[in-house]
Amino acid sequence: MGDDKPPHSLEELEARLRKARERGKPGSSGGPKVSDTSGHALGAAFRIGVELLAAMIVGVGSGYLLDRWLGTAPWGLVLMFFLGAGAGILNVYRAVSGLGMGAGYGQGDNGIPPADGRNGDTPAGRRGHDKDPTPGA
Amino acid sequence: MDPLHQFQINPILSIIVGGVNVSFSNSAMFMVIAVALIYALLVYGAKGRALVPGRLQSLAEMFYEFVANLVRENAGPDARPYFPFVFSIFMFILLGNMLGMIPYAFTYTSHIIVTFALALTVFVFVTLLALMKHGTHFFSFFLPHGAPLWLAPIIIPIEVISYFARPVSLSIRLFANMMAGHTMMKVFAGFTVLLGASLGGVGYAIGILPLIINVALIGFELLVAFLQAYVFSILTCLYIRDALELH
Repeated sequence: MGDDKPPHSLEELEARLRKARERGKPGSSGGPKVSDTSGHALGAAFRIGVELLAAMIVGVGSGYLLDRWLGTAPWGLVLMFFLGAGAGILNVYRAVSGLGMGAGYGQGDNGIPPADGRNGDTPAGRRGHDKDPTPGA
Repeated sequence: MDPLHQFQINPILSIIVGGVNVSFSNSAMFMVIAVALIYALLVYGAKGRALVPGRLQSLAEMFYEFVANLVRENAGPDARPYFPFVFSIFMFILLGNMLGMIPYAFTYTSHIIVTFALALTVFVFVTLLALMKHGTHFFSFFLPHGAPLWLAPIIIPIEVISYFARPVSLSIRLFANMMAGHTMMKVFAGFTVLLGASLGGVGYAIGILPLIINVALIGFELLVAFLQAYVFSILTCLYIRDALELH
């Protein structure tokens, strides 16, 4: 941005404007950003560590409350323990394979998307997910 | 010397309304400070409207751009109306974590009730958003499309638990990271004092070692403070995306 350089030509300005507009458009992955890559690996590690624990807490907690409410001890706790463990493993799997962490991702018919969430160059593999041909299934 | 003493909540202004303690505590005070700082930064930062931004304006624009990119990349282009929500959450958590790094300050994000309230806000917001956008179709979320029907009795409870685990994991992650980090710093600082008190001069000489570790820990804690605010808002974005697109 020095003043010693000649002023930008209009074409050059036009190109830069177009690029800036492109970035705001849906579907584009945006320009490279320095700040955005600062802590992806560590951030992902922090993200998945707690997933298992959280689902177990919800599962066991709801099992315990169900037992107290219905008087079915210990069966509610036993059942919900296993369901909670299942949910925890599911959450961890979703977090590491980059499917997002939502319940019920409709991936059933076209299988798991390409494994670009696992080679780690896209943040959590969201871009691979963008190409999913069934957006509103 | 108690490393957990820093998490104690002390009422600054005792208020009791109808038997309910609603005292203005040190935790509440730091929340007010954080909100005031965010407000001041954005108001004064935006005041100049210079083409070449000054320091404050630069900072305000940096935060804005950072969160705007976060929302666009993780929540998709349709999520722009929800940018203010994500921005508020990000700034509140970031300021809470960063203010906690100042000696004698209170870290309100190290209390699970605070982080759980934040996570619950996100959870309720996202669930209402999904219900408003998709109506009862939202409940198809809990049975993955293409799963055999006879598996439904197992899959649906697991998916429901997985859904309700969201606010829990969001809040535990933030609270545990902040609390563990701050406790560790206090413990290492305590080593120096204890060594000096028990061994005298030699103890103070050896006490430099935990001090060096503490310097490194403070750097790491600053990173964690930023990273946790970042992770919280990135997950908020992902949840908003789920609610909008609902596969």
